[in-house]
Amino acid sequence: MSKGIFGKSSLAALLLSGSVLSAEAEVIKVGYIDPLSGPFGSTGDAGVKHFRYAADEINAAGGMGGMQVEVIAFDNKINPKESLVQLQKAIDQGVRFIAQGNGSSVANALTDAIAKHNKRNPGEEVLFLNYAAVDPALTNKKCNYWHFRFDAHVDMKMAGLTDWLRDQKDIKTAYILAQDYSYGRAFTAAAKSMIEEKRPDIKIVGAELHPIGRVKDFTPYVQKMMSANADVVFTGNWGTDMTLLVKAANASGHTVPYLTFYGGGLGAPTAMGQSAVGLVKQITEFHENIEASEKQMARVDDFEKTNNLDYYYERVFTLMNMLDKAVDAVGSVDVPKVAAELEGMTYETPYGEVTMRADDHQLMQPLYISTFSEGVVRDVENTGFGFKTDITIPAAATETPTTCRMRRPS
Amino acid sequence: MTDYSLDRVPDLAPSVRYKFATRVLPLLLLALILLSIPLFEPSRTWLSLFNAIGINMVFALSYNMLLGQAGMLSFGHAVYFGLGGYAAMHGMNAIENASYDGGLWAAFPMFALPLVGFAGGALAGAVIGWPSCRRAGVPFAMISLGIAELVAAAGFMFISVFGGEEGITGDRMNGVELFGLSLGPLGEVYWFIAFWTFLGVALMYAFTRTPLGKLAQAVRDNPERVQFVGYNPNRVRYLVFIAAGGFAGLAGGMSAVNYEIFTPESLSVIPSGLVLLMAFIGGARYFAGPILGAVVLTYMQSNLSDYSEAWLLYLGLLFIGMILFAPGGLAGLLLSGTTALRQSLSGKGLVRAGAFAISALLSATGVIVLVELAVRHSNGFGEAFEPFSFHLAPDQMMPWAVGLVLAGVGIGSLKVLSRQGGMGS
Amino acid sequence: METVVFALLNGLIYGLLLFMLSSGLTLIFSMMGVLNMAHASFYMLGAYFAFTLGQHTGFWFALFLAPICVGAAGACVEKWGLRKVHARGHVAELLFTFGLAYVIEELVKIVWGKFAVAYEIPPELNYSLFELFGSQYPAYRIFMLAVSIAMLAGLWYLLKRTRIGLIIQASLTHPHMVSHLGHNVPRIFMLVFAAGCALAGLAGVIGGNYLVTEPSMAFSIGPIVFVVVVVGGMGSLEGAFIASLLIGFLQTFAISIDSSFAEIFSFAGLSADGDIGRITIASLAPMLPFLLLVLMLMLRPRGLMGEREF
Repeated sequence: MSKGIFGKSSLAALLLSGSVLSAEAEVIKVGYIDPLSGPFGSTGDAGVKHFRYAADEINAAGGMGGMQVEVIAFDNKINPKESLVQLQKAIDQGVRFIAQGNGSSVANALTDAIAKHNKRNPGEEVLFLNYAAVDPALTNKKCNYWHFRFDAHVDMKMAGLTDWLRDQKDIKTAYILAQDYSYGRAFTAAAKSMIEEKRPDIKIVGAELHPIGRVKDFTPYVQKMMSANADVVFTGNWGTDMTLLVKAANASGHTVPYLTFYGGGLGAPTAMGQSAVGLVKQITEFHENIEASEKQMARVDDFEKTNNLDYYYERVFTLMNMLDKAVDAVGSVDVPKVAAELEGMTYETPYGEVTMRADDHQLMQPLYISTFSEGVVRDVENTGFGFKTDITIPAAATETPTTCRMRRPS
Repeated sequence: MTDYSLDRVPDLAPSVRYKFATRVLPLLLLALILLSIPLFEPSRTWLSLFNAIGINMVFALSYNMLLGQAGMLSFGHAVYFGLGGYAAMHGMNAIENASYDGGLWAAFPMFALPLVGFAGGALAGAVIGWPSCRRAGVPFAMISLGIAELVAAAGFMFISVFGGEEGITGDRMNGVELFGLSLGPLGEVYWFIAFWTFLGVALMYAFTRTPLGKLAQAVRDNPERVQFVGYNPNRVRYLVFIAAGGFAGLAGGMSAVNYEIFTPESLSVIPSGLVLLMAFIGGARYFAGPILGAVVLTYMQSNLSDYSEAWLLYLGLLFIGMILFAPGGLAGLLLSGTTALRQSLSGKGLVRAGAFAISALLSATGVIVLVELAVRHSNGFGEAFEPFSFHLAPDQMMPWAVGLVLAGVGIGSLKVLSRQGGMGS
Repeated sequence: METVVFALLNGLIYGLLLFMLSSGLTLIFSMMGVLNMAHASFYMLGAYFAFTLGQHTGFWFALFLAPICVGAAGACVEKWGLRKVHARGHVAELLFTFGLAYVIEELVKIVWGKFAVAYEIPPELNYSLFELFGSQYPAYRIFMLAVSIAMLAGLWYLLKRTRIGLIIQASLTHPHMVSHLGHNVPRIFMLVFAAGCALAGLAGVIGGNYLVTEPSMAFSIGPIVFVVVVVGGMGSLEGAFIASLLIGFLQTFAISIDSSFAEIFSFAGLSADGDIGRITIASLAPMLPFLLLVLMLMLRPRGLMGEREF
């Protein structure tokens, strides 16, 4: 490339005001790429607050390998293409660790783009730390070395839910309702095969997909479940699709358990309110009524006080602390080395030991099935309701086989 | 008898010089800008932004073939962008497969993939336009909305074609190389985008000069009269619709190569709404308007969100402000600004333009202060708005009052000015 | 039998809610020719106003106050916004309301936050009225039914039996004549716009707690409302009423049909593999209104009951 007609440096300064590759040695930048505006802005906003809080904690304790951590948020409007533009921005600002979670389509686009980037730009590798995208393919068919997932994926969570089902002898029929896109289909397939495997006597009386975000009144669906005499409902729904379903179920007097992944998702308890009590169960790595040390409870309280928001993503803290541990061990931001350190790492969270499985970069962590109830010690979103643990699933029991054939850089 | 020979009649046709200045020069200028950008050695961030701008320019111009030229308001233009893009994406994967197994696609260069997009978009326009172009005005807008909803839903349902929510991915580094571009690094993709942006802009400009382009404008202004002259307005709309679909598909093909991924939400009403905003904010009445709109809105979309979480509100306010005070859009504002500069000898035009600019600035500042204060107040962390080392805390009265006064004075004087005859209209 | 009864009941409730939303839109549309893209935003405002007012005055006062507030907001929008662009034609007006929808959603997020608010059904209506085939029927739905029928009756009385209704009715068919008769047309426009918004607000008050009150509620219901107005026919309240019920029934009945295209085709002696065969009628239900919209505009552009094309 020829030199510009103007001096290179002055123009670079002009063009890049604010986004220079300054990367001062003492700062580790974590790029958070998630929706911060639009219909899903609230979810992304909650995520970044967890990341910032975790970063502050780490910085107060001396930082990662002696370096301060900074979380930079990039708004991807939950659009895969926009995410790639933001990824490029992040990399140019010196970000080497990308965190993302909302939308499997975005996660798929990012993992693909990051793998291509790392191949095309050796020496500038980037790690993808996925804290919430649960498409099983990400650590199976589409797994790659630069992607690490800190949330249990669909099959693992379903394994947990069906473990609970195994001991419910009076349940004879099940109904599956999910949103009509890849996640919903993965949910339905996992539910079908695992119910079949663990409780062959249970009859699946209905498996339905509905378009995402388009159904206003779920009463007809609930009535179909009631006419089919479903004893339990599996639903992969999240957001408004879940709250509307629960409200309709309550209004029609459908009082069977609703097994969900996102029953406690941010905003859902407020929207469901009384109607979800005793009805909704969720499987998560955290809720506030799990026994934990006083130190952890103080963290939860302090987080909620400073952020005016419920503590939800325990896994964000797991992610940041494991990254901290890896960078500490390496002593620098050498991304391939940090990745090698993360592989197979075990870490003690306030809720038990977790392991980053080396075969597919999937975190194994204890999961909890809990019910939305009244009269709990700690409530969610100031509703007076909260979650009560039904059973605990140890990390080892959540392990599902992987088809990943990890290709490591030589 | 006096013999007036024909050569004494004054020549009313535009002079060669005028033609050159208004028709060829702007395109040359565009080419010059496109060629000179790499001289500045922009970072990858800027390159990817330029690439997005190029794609949106072609997309917004193709939208304006409908809105500005033929007067058809569409809420579903992203359908053609998306279908063209998907066609190109399948082409990209066909090229990759053919590079292993051989076949017809092996000879097809990746560089020419937007042509596949064009064909896909035009085909979709021909199929969907056939029923919908029989109506104009609001019914056409409603049909386009209904079709957009249907196609977007189909995008999630037909997995074998659209790949479900994670879409279809591909690798652009396959097939025959053209102009020695492997299309791997962003710098090479820039040349690809620049080439097709220029070609798209030039062709769409040429389209406005064709008889069909002129007829389209006639149909926009007075369909009855066009009918009297002997043309069928519906057919004119239909042909323009196919062309617009084709160019939208071209933009889709560019986007497929640039991002190497296509997902069903690119078919939905959200990008359709955004391209409408681009064309209108830029100025739908001017050919160059959507180009300006694409530059400004793409920049806003990618970078404004770094500064404010309320960027969508600003976008909405900008749009409403444009409709109320400057229906000619940014292009109209620029044009009247330059006219005012030319008339600056008289002083009057300049004063007006200056007053307009100052009051627009005042009201914008006031509104921004108010919005940012409100956002921080509603978040409730006690965070203060700190632009240019000012300290504006939402729990004090003073900053709110400042914002209110600024906005009030600005909007008030804008109203007075626009009552004396609008700007850029 | 069971399925049919339930589908009828649910379709009726959903249809009536749609009618409350679309009656205002149809009123505005037929009077002013403005297709108010922000109409659903006023519905959302109704729900949020009712939530806030309800915390101070209780649900029953909010039921009356919130629509009035929404109407006032509508009047302001008409007076200081829409009237300005009126001279530039319907497309400009349409675009103005399109932008307004963006702005209202963002403002709602700033004022009430980004998550759903806890706007709940009042306790005195939160019980099940009767039981039908083992499924409970909540009292609130009957209340919704009553409110929407009362609104329909009130609207009908206002339009057919009062002087103001006479002027509005005349404006539906002969807008120019009315202005020649010396009526203050801009003021009528403002009142009609405000009334239309207030109706949307009322729908929001009783629909917001039945469904969910959150910032994206306008965006998700907006397009369906246009479908109702277009299918029902321009300027026709009766048409909007029939179209609302039609769409309500269509959606609920489709959900209760489980057969997929593969089954239907094999019944007809054809075979369908792959994606098309997998799709069930039930999963298509939410898309049916849009199909109806496109077909209606192509085959019978004046809608079911409309008297003229738009």
